[in-house]
Amino acid sequence: MSMSNSTAAASGAPATARRPAKTMSRRRRQVQNALVAYSFIAPNFLGFAVFTLGPILFAFVLAFMHWDGSNAITFAGLDNFWRLFEDKAFIAAFWNTIIYTAVSVPATLACALGLAVLLNQKIFGRDFFRTAMFFPYVASLVAVAVVWNMIFNPEMGPVNMILYTLGLDPKDMPGWAADRHWAMVTVILFGIWKSMGYYMVIYLAGLQGINSELYEAADLDGANSWQKFLYVTVPQLGPTTFFVTVMLTIQSFKVFDQIYMITQGGPGTSTLVLVYHIYNEAFISWDLGYSSMIALVLFFLVLAVTVVQFRRQKED
Amino acid sequence: MASISLKKLNKTYGALTVVHDIDLEIADKEFIILVGPSGCGKSTTLRMIAGLEEISNGELVIGGDLVNEVPSKDRDIAMVFQNYALYPHMTVYKNMAFGLQLRKASREVIHRKVQEAAKILDITHLLNRKPKALSGGQRQRVALGRAMVRNPAVFLLDEPLSNLDAKLRGTMRAEITKLHKRLDATFIYVTHDQIEAMTMADRIVVMKDGHIQQVDTPQNLYDRPVNMFVAGFIGAPQMNMLPSTIERRGDGYAALFDGRELPLPAHFDKNRIEPYVGRELVIGIRPENLHELPPADIASENLAPFDAVVELAEPMGSEVHLNLTAGGRNLIARVSPRFKAKIGDGVKLVVDTTNMQLFDRETERSILY
Ligand SMILES: Nc1ncnc2c1ncn2[C@@H]1O[C@H](COP(=O)(O)OP(=O)(O)OP(=O)(O)O)[C@@H](O)[C@H]1O
Ligand SMILES: [Mg+2]
Repeated sequence: MSMSNSTAAASGAPATARRPAKTMSRRRRQVQNALVAYSFIAPNFLGFAVFTLGPILFAFVLAFMHWDGSNAITFAGLDNFWRLFEDKAFIAAFWNTIIYTAVSVPATLACALGLAVLLNQKIFGRDFFRTAMFFPYVASLVAVAVVWNMIFNPEMGPVNMILYTLGLDPKDMPGWAADRHWAMVTVILFGIWKSMGYYMVIYLAGLQGINSELYEAADLDGANSWQKFLYVTVPQLGPTTFFVTVMLTIQSFKVFDQIYMITQGGPGTSTLVLVYHIYNEAFISWDLGYSSMIALVLFFLVLAVTVVQFRRQKED
Repeated sequence: MASISLKKLNKTYGALTVVHDIDLEIADKEFIILVGPSGCGKSTTLRMIAGLEEISNGELVIGGDLVNEVPSKDRDIAMVFQNYALYPHMTVYKNMAFGLQLRKASREVIHRKVQEAAKILDITHLLNRKPKALSGGQRQRVALGRAMVRNPAVFLLDEPLSNLDAKLRGTMRAEITKLHKRLDATFIYVTHDQIEAMTMADRIVVMKDGHIQQVDTPQNLYDRPVNMFVAGFIGAPQMNMLPSTIERRGDGYAALFDGRELPLPAHFDKNRIEPYVGRELVIGIRPENLHELPPADIASENLAPFDAVVELAEPMGSEVHLNLTAGGRNLIARVSPRFKAKIGDGVKLVVDTTNMQLFDRETERSILY
């Protein structure tokens, strides 16, 4: 519409009687074009509205309701909100989620970057190792978790066998998933191992985009490998690192499946995370209102962290 | 002291040899320019000197030391890259200071050297900018500055001006020459621009297909090319090459081309010409030696008449380049703008044979030099 207005204004003084008709038909054509565009977007948007947007809005509303899924929904006001502060499991889940994210994001990032740098070199069997590192990401989580549980089995898993052979006293042996001090470590290790291959591929793409003359210039400037990594690679990978950090953070806040497979949130609440708590409250306790409130907390947590990250990126 | 010798230097990629047995002695503080067509191995040679490319075979000696296995940073060299290779995330100051920082220079020393270099290059006002906020010419200066601050004994420059426009290139040419005088360092400079080579170099190295063709001062290269490649590569417009035969004339010789007779100057070495009598060879005449009859007082004694047909006249302002045909060959003559010639006209010109070149037809090597 604004376009047809401006053309009309531009044609200016020598206006003819034909002008209004022309404007009309142009406007009609524009509407038609828009309709065609919307009709292409519609199927996708409908799906999004029905399966994503609707439930999200519903969950927002539900956070302020009581509902067990079958009986009538009743208004709860801020009940669910106040309940958060008394719910020991929620508080544990909240901090566990923070800890999980705070440890696994930098650790995964470092592993992915390290692997990418190693496997960007011309080493023997490079393609094999690249595939091997990517494999956990595409492998079925269920199968992989079963194997992982076996490997880290406190009594007869190979990891503890090796520790035993290395001379570790059986009394001090980590109990891994069954040990409340080690369960979180186990889950984090699993998460790193599972997703580092994916981010390694992203970093590999980033590395290949770096102008090799920069390394040559650094060579002549007298930089050793570590200094080249620090002063050329890392800054040049800035945008990649930003992307990886955001993706990893969101992924870590939403961690669920590997905990479901390995520890079920236990022992005690030692690996209980927000999404797992949401799942428990919704589908074990059938307290859909309260679980929506937890989901709301998670939503704002992710939003806040992401906004901060985008701000920081813009400053650089 | 940073004399450099390249002894039978080779670079091979698998079965492919891209640099063949390069022998070159470069004196301390010399300005050496490597020229040659694209892909002839100039950059590869320079990069071997820099230590960025492994030497497949041969020896590289800098300042008396064999440096084949010495890493780049310990060779006392600095390099200016064609695309500048400035660190994009560092300011101009940091870019220049980086090498000194890594070498653990004190903050005061770094500051003094960067300021000094920035002043010489006139980039003091740019020190706090990032490279992406600079023009091509400014980036070029920063790249030079980064090389300068370390006071290296040897500067390596790979087509440093090729990304600049013609005018800026002219200015930078003069500045780099001044810089060389001022810095007292050995310069090795790669270009495929023969004007850069002619104007800046103490000596030029002409390369082709990984082989050195000739090493000499610009003037000698121009006057005494050792083969047809060098003769054709140096000088613009290109030297005219005409197939011809040699015959004896009295106690001298003459070259015959399509019925035209060009007496060879008396200073040509008779012993070298004698074996070619009656044989075909190629004569080379630079365009500036093919022109209208000059006034008698400045005419050379070695003039021979030469008639041709004008195909095209290219006015250059100070002179006109006439594209001609004669005996089925294309030639270029340089005449004064006052010389009137229309397309299709037959014109009577003269050849000044004083600096004429003679080449063997098979080997393409110069018969005279
Ligand atoms: N990694 C490589 N593997 C195989 N051949 C290579 C490699 N690097 C360069 N070459 C070849 O070596 C030859 C010389 O390359 P070089 O870059 O030295 O040319 P140059 O004289 O600098 O050309 P230009 O003027 O285009 O920069 C070229 O034919 C090139 O194809
Ligand atoms: Mg090159």
